[in-house]
Amino acid sequence: MHNPQLNANGDLCHLLSIEGLPREVLLHILDTASSFLKVSTREVKKVPLLRGKSVFNVFFENSTRTRTTFEIAAKRLSADVINLDVTRSSTAKGETLLDTVDNLVAMHADMFVVRHAASGAPHLIAEHLHRIGRADVHVVNAGDGRHSHPTQGLLDMYTIRHYKKNFTDLRVAIVGDILHSRVARSDINALITLGAAEVRAIAPETLLPAEIKTLGVQVHHDMTSGLRDCDVVIMLRLQNERMNGTLLPSAREYFRCYGLTPEKLALAKPDAIVMHPGPMNRGVEIHTDVADGSQAVILPQVTFGIAVRMAVMGILAGN
Amino acid sequence: MTGQTLHIRNARLIDPANGLDRQLDLYIVDGHIATIGQAPQGFPHARTIDADGLIACPGLVDLSTRLGAIEPELGAAVAGGVTSVACPPDTRPPLDEPGLVERLVRRTDTLGLARVYPIGALTQRLDGQKLAEMNALTRAGCIAFSQAKQSIVDTRLLLRAMQYAATFGYPVRLRPQDQFLAGDGVAHDGEVAARLGLSGIPTAAETVAVTTALLLARETGVRLHLSRLSSAAGVALVQHARQSGLPVTCDVSIYHLHLSEADIGYFDSNSRFDPPLRSLSDREALRQAARLGVAAICSDHTPVDADGKQLPFGEALPGASALELLLPLTLQWAAECALPLVSALARITCDPAAILGIAGGSMRVGSAADLCLFDPVETWQVNADTLRSQGKNTPYLGRQVTGRVRMTLVGGRIVYQR
Repeated sequence: MHNPQLNANGDLCHLLSIEGLPREVLLHILDTASSFLKVSTREVKKVPLLRGKSVFNVFFENSTRTRTTFEIAAKRLSADVINLDVTRSSTAKGETLLDTVDNLVAMHADMFVVRHAASGAPHLIAEHLHRIGRADVHVVNAGDGRHSHPTQGLLDMYTIRHYKKNFTDLRVAIVGDILHSRVARSDINALITLGAAEVRAIAPETLLPAEIKTLGVQVHHDMTSGLRDCDVVIMLRLQNERMNGTLLPSAREYFRCYGLTPEKLALAKPDAIVMHPGPMNRGVEIHTDVADGSQAVILPQVTFGIAVRMAVMGILAGN
Repeated sequence: MTGQTLHIRNARLIDPANGLDRQLDLYIVDGHIATIGQAPQGFPHARTIDADGLIACPGLVDLSTRLGAIEPELGAAVAGGVTSVACPPDTRPPLDEPGLVERLVRRTDTLGLARVYPIGALTQRLDGQKLAEMNALTRAGCIAFSQAKQSIVDTRLLLRAMQYAATFGYPVRLRPQDQFLAGDGVAHDGEVAARLGLSGIPTAAETVAVTTALLLARETGVRLHLSRLSSAAGVALVQHARQSGLPVTCDVSIYHLHLSEADIGYFDSNSRFDPPLRSLSDREALRQAARLGVAAICSDHTPVDADGKQLPFGEALPGASALELLLPLTLQWAAECALPLVSALARITCDPAAILGIAGGSMRVGSAADLCLFDPVETWQVNADTLRSQGKNTPYLGRQVTGRVRMTLVGGRIVYQR
């Protein structure tokens, strides 16, 4: 199977998903992010790596937070950043996704940061660029449907490595709506590639894909067995529309069974870290005391996210 | 239409309906097969077609062809050796009015390419709420009734539809899929859907609908055909029902014999099918069902223009252009499972003809000379230029296939030649 994100030399030309990326590529991104972390703490928070380049944030689905982190990362690399809220403009007038892309290419875009509600949309764009002979334009997936959110996966790996130093001895639990979560798929792929000892998926059957085990995870239906002796607990956001009674009876029952409380967290290792991709639903998937507790590393995740996105854009621009 | 008088020389004749596979000459008089082997008495000096190295078989019969634009698609049919096609009722507008059916029949008759057999709508507008005028539609030319891709959610209406069709002996064809279980799914609810984050269609969407249809068919005595089964469990249910004496038939699409969910790769929208491509073990079961003759093979030809496919996987239109690949992919399947051609070709000639209750699909003396002459070893590349169909949408784009139609005859007339 042709891997559309690597060029003939095996270098990264797009970041579309974690799946299919070799360990060395992932580690190279994390190492590069380390060097960028310092930039954000300097008085002049800029490096000239992307000077003169145009980065287009093309968000077909709203997300102020993710778009902002990409914008900050691109600006710290000295790129010109153009934000397009496509949900309100061209597609509303009936323009197709690829027509929009062609127009932006004609405006001399160097990089697209794409968010789309449909799984696979960034792949479609990358293939189209290849077909029209514009493989020099890079695509960064900022979240597509239920499929992938690779920069989130990478920043989660950065966070884990920061606190736990290596991956091979780790037991990681991912809790919540794995069925609809692009973050879960990215984290699972990254953890497996980086050699985590055990990746657990904890959720009721209604929130798990039918063949989840083929991704390499152990499935647990209850927190007691699932959290035991874990080094890392990744909580997923539960979207409001999942609580309408067809997948789960209620938010209250979900919190009782799968919400992370201090008591449940005590089952994990004493030095376990708690992560969340944000935005959090306090009292739905996570208890306030845990969210604000000493084991939570949710805000450092955000800081590392900027460095990771700088690393991804920097590496792509160099390839 | 008066056909020609022709002498087809030295072809390897394969007629699955009669178990024939021999090198013999074929004589066509006035559009009908006059004799096989010896020239008929008083056979005039006629045009001779030298078919050295070619196989002559009955023109292929396709159980499900979506026409889109009629002329190019019927051109694609004869280019693929297909001389009879059944057209499902989900045309625009659907085939629920006798006038629409008559117009379709008239137009396709005038073209004189492949023969078109309309399948009428089982319910008005295919909405699953009110029965269509099956008697009037039959008079207009419909040979069976179906809901195309729509389900009848109301099982009482489904029972009534079957009872009514059974009253007149009209066959009913159903594409079994439970609408609620299928939901907004776009791919088999398996490994690939888990990997790519695609919403899944569980196998139960098929088995629940098959079970319901089989139970109601037994209840009503209707002649039931189940279209485009996609799962091992689905064909197992049909096989079991047949063994217990229910005269139910079924088909599988040619692509489902070759492809699986793995062919979606990284979101290849040409591999989006309805029903979805399922697992490798499902594919094996479908191949086995076709090998045993439990299932016939159909093209499920669905031409889709580029705009309908250049979309994210879940938004792309399902289906593939298939008429011109039906023969080569059937040959490939036969070779892979070491099935003699006389058996393999039955699945796309006499078996579907029997299911449709039409005359084609055999080379019986006296029957209309609907024939396909093909080179079994010629290899060709599938691409936008080699496909006559307006639909260039197929997962086989760019691939080489073996077996190429050289001539197609309908009623003794040469309607395609290369």
